[in-house]
This record gives sequence, C-alpha cells and structure tokens, in this order.
Amino acid sequence: MNTDILVLAEHFKGEATEITFEMLGVARTLAAALHGQVAAVVIGADTARLAARLGAADTVLAVEQAPAAMMSSESTVPLLQQLLARRPARLVLVAGTNICMGIGAKLALRLQWPYVNFCKAVNATDGVLTFTSLLFGGKILADLRLPDNRGIVSLYPGSFPPDAGQSERAPTVEKIDLPVEAGRVVFKRLIEPDATDVDITKQEVLVAVGRGIESQDNLSLAEDLAAVLQGAVCASRPVIDQGWLPLTRQVGKSGMTVKPKCYLAAGLSGAPEHVEGMKNSALTIAINKDAAAPIFDVAHYGICGDLLEILPVLTEAIKARKGA
Amino acid sequence: MLKMVPDVVEELVVAADGKSLDQDTLRMILSEPSDHALEQALLLKEKHGGRVTVVTLTAPEVDEALFKALAKGADQAIKLNVDQTVVGSLATARALASWLRADPQRQAPDTLLLTGSYAIDDLEGEMGPCLAEMLQWPFVGVVTGLALDASGQKVTAIKEFFGGLRGEYEVDLPAVIGIQAAARPPRYVPIAKIRSFMKSATLGAAGVAPPDPAFALEISRMYVPEATGRAVMVEGSPEEASRRLVEILHQRGIV
Repeated sequence: MNTDILVLAEHFKGEATEITFEMLGVARTLAAALHGQVAAVVIGADTARLAARLGAADTVLAVEQAPAAMMSSESTVPLLQQLLARRPARLVLVAGTNICMGIGAKLALRLQWPYVNFCKAVNATDGVLTFTSLLFGGKILADLRLPDNRGIVSLYPGSFPPDAGQSERAPTVEKIDLPVEAGRVVFKRLIEPDATDVDITKQEVLVAVGRGIESQDNLSLAEDLAAVLQGAVCASRPVIDQGWLPLTRQVGKSGMTVKPKCYLAAGLSGAPEHVEGMKNSALTIAINKDAAAPIFDVAHYGICGDLLEILPVLTEAIKARKGA
Repeated sequence: MLKMVPDVVEELVVAADGKSLDQDTLRMILSEPSDHALEQALLLKEKHGGRVTVVTLTAPEVDEALFKALAKGADQAIKLNVDQTVVGSLATARALASWLRADPQRQAPDTLLLTGSYAIDDLEGEMGPCLAEMLQWPFVGVVTGLALDASGQKVTAIKEFFGGLRGEYEVDLPAVIGIQAAARPPRYVPIAKIRSFMKSATLGAAGVAPPDPAFALEISRMYVPEATGRAVMVEGSPEEASRRLVEILHQRGIV
C-alpha cells in the first residue's frame, strides 16, 4: 500500500524554520521507501511565499489563516484533523519544538493513532520503518515500529540534515479553505528578548555553566574565566530557572542557538535540549564530575573533575600564558 | 498532576528483556518540570487562595515526594493505584484522566490543571496535551509565567518559543497548563518539616481502572547510545589539565 506523508511546516515571523527542512528531508526518505507522496501543510498568512520554499514536497497544502493560528495547538489540531479527512496520509511529521509542543500528542489522540515523541533517527530498510527516540535526558535510545506504518512522529530538532529537505523545485500549491474554531486559547502578543544584555550568539568564546555551578556565588569563577578569554558567561536551563542569570544567557531549546569558536561547558550534563543549542560550536571543552555525562559525547576535549577546583586554576593558567 | 521519573544521575540499566529499564536499579525522583508545576500552583494559591491538590501514580520514592508537597503547602496529596514504572506516558495520562472524570467537582469550571511541560520519558506524548485532549480542555505548554485574570475565568500564560522569544496567551478555564519553569525556583523545605508531615499527615489513595493500553507504543529495543564522537579526555591534576587546555586553546588561536 502506498503511504503518503504529511509534514506540518513550522514557520516563525514569515520564515520556515530549520526543522521544517529536516522534516521534509525525512519525509522524502520515507516516501522513497514506501512509494508515497509528500504533502507539506502551511497554516498561516502569506502562505504563497512560504509554500515556494517547500519544493521538497510534492504538494503544498496552503491553509490561509490568521498568523496566530499556527501558534497554538488549540487551533492547529482541528485544522489538521479536517485536512486529513480530505487528504488521507498515514504518517504525519511534526516539529519537536516549543512552538509545536502539544500538536502531535493531541492529534494522535484525536485520530486514535500512535504517537512517537523525541524521534532522533529514522531507518527505512526494505520498506520496514524503525524510529529511534532519545529518552531519559539522552541516556537511553529506544527503537520503535508503528503498526501498518501509521502514526504521528515528532522529530527532535537538529537531528536530521536540513539540506535533504531543500529544493529549488517549485511545488504544486493547493489552497484549502478550512474553518477555524473559536479558540479557548488566544495568542495575544509576541514578547521579544531584552536587547540590552550581551548577545551571546555574537561571542567567540562562551563559558557555559550548568547545575554543577551549585550556587550563584560560584558564578564569579565562570565570569573570571570568561573575562580572561574575552568571552561571556551563558548557562543551561536550571541556572536560568534559579534566577542566577537572565533569560538572554540561556543556551538550548528555549534559549539561544550558539556557534562560538570555543564553548567551555562547566558542570553541564549535556541534556538533549541544551545540546540542541550548542552542538555546532567549533571547539567544545567540557568539565564535569560525572565521567558518563553525555556532554563528553559532544565535546572535543573533556576533563573529568570538579569545576569549582578547575575553573580558578584554568583562569590563572590562561593569565600566565597571556603574560608570557 | 505530578510525575515521577528515573533519576538520570544514576546509571540507567536496560533490563534483560532489552526493551525496558531494569526495575531493581531504578531510582525515581519527582520530574523537575513537575516540581516547577507544584511551585507555580503554590504561588497562585498564595496570591489568590484556592486549594492545591497533588495527584501522582504509584512509584518508588513517591510517598516522600507527596509528603514534601504537603510540607510545602499543598492541601491534599493523592496517590493512584497504577504503577508509574510499568505504564507509558499515554497510560499515565489515561489513569489521571479517569481520576478527574470520577468526580464532577474535579472538573469544576475554575479548575486549573498544572503539569510539568515535559518529562524525560514522554515517549508517547506529554501529559499536558494528552490530559487536555482527554478532558477536552484547552492547553498551553512550555509556560514560564502564569497569572489569573481578575474575572477568575481566564489565565494569562507566557510560553517560551526559542532564542528568548516568548508568547503571551489568554486561556479559558478550566484548562491544562504545562509548566516549564515556575515564576520562582521551587521552594526549599527542611527535612525536619517533611518528617513531621510524614508522622502527622496522611496521603489520599484512589483506585482507578487499569488504563486502556490502546495505541501504546511497542518498544522493539532499548539501549545505551554508542558514543559517536567521544571527547579526548585531558587527564592529570587541575594544574596539569589546565596547562594542557591552555595549549589547546593557544593552538586554536583563542589564547
């Protein structure tokens, strides 16, 4: 049986996000293995412009709606349900991002289909699909099959090559009118980040701290090291949630995506949602007490030890080298 | 609605069946976003009044987590008779939804249902959107700010997108909100206070029918990932390791 694949294109401020191209690349692989077609769904305003970028899909289904429709699972899920009633597909790919959070799980329940979250890899050998999901903060992988190759799969961002979903080809665009339900969730406004703080995406050197920093007082150790390296301090979620550093310093899924020349990760375990924001750093050095911390799988160099001991010594060693 | 998850600080061992975690070596802790959901509930109660009820499934270490919630200020703690360690995230939501459905008061129009935005074992979907769909309530996740409207019929939720960008939403009650982070870090409660609650307070127990296993995912293999690009480990004392790192940084033109 032919298996058609539907991709929910994610976009923000009028641009398709990178995960959309990752999804389209995966959809092409799946379509080739299952002899199916790929349809991309764009929900929003000015869909024509967005649709033109999605040539990796065979068809783009353009659902003109107020731009806020895409910003809530409350409005997106009924639209997708109506669309699937008109255009049957057996596999639906959604973005495992904050923006799309909740869409896949809700749609799956509504359709009574299985749902695969945190999908990191897809294998399609001899028409048999295996989905691999990253569980328990990156410590365990699980391989899964979907009965009859039917289900909804949420792809973990940054896990698949976006190039595979890029195409210069002009897709067939089909406009579809769908009524939108009066929402019980209303998107009111976008809140921009505070622009007065250091822009960590423009720093060549970042000293990143995680839970291992233990207290706000210890942050000075990272500040001192960042100062001798002419960089800035950034952090993972737990440090920001403690209120020790502002939101503008957060690296990861909800925070910034950075690509510095050097990323020095101190006391950071390497949870997938953090790694998502820093994995393309040119040089990553990790310091962690736990030799099994997943950050050592991402880093180029690692020291297994206590950052509270190592950071001051490293700062002095750099000062000495610079003085020489 | 709180969730216990394996403590990933401990080494996770795959069981002999190759499809699940070894129960004997598993240590469970309260999922961090769940802890934030509890904190946010307590903050709202302090500001607006109301009652905070904490509900979990059965799991190792869960009693301690529930007494801790009571010591922090929750009014009631209830443990359902379904084992968290053997059901997936979908069945977890189904069990909680059946408890909510069992009494109309639990779905009163001013009910705000808080969950952690995600948990590290949400393979079949996060608890928040699943509960929202089962109850047909509205849902917003990845929330880091939550305020009750003056009318008491709506909440304003701040959801995180990426890159420090956030969105503000108005949500009609009753609603499910997935909390990513509370407005303040979860409060500290002294162990002595938790112990005193263990002596004086009682946990509520509730029975629900075994959750429907339909559409549960079948795991064909569970395994520890092979390191693809393992870091070169720099050995020695802090001084020796630092000297070596300075050399590496120098070669890269950073120092």
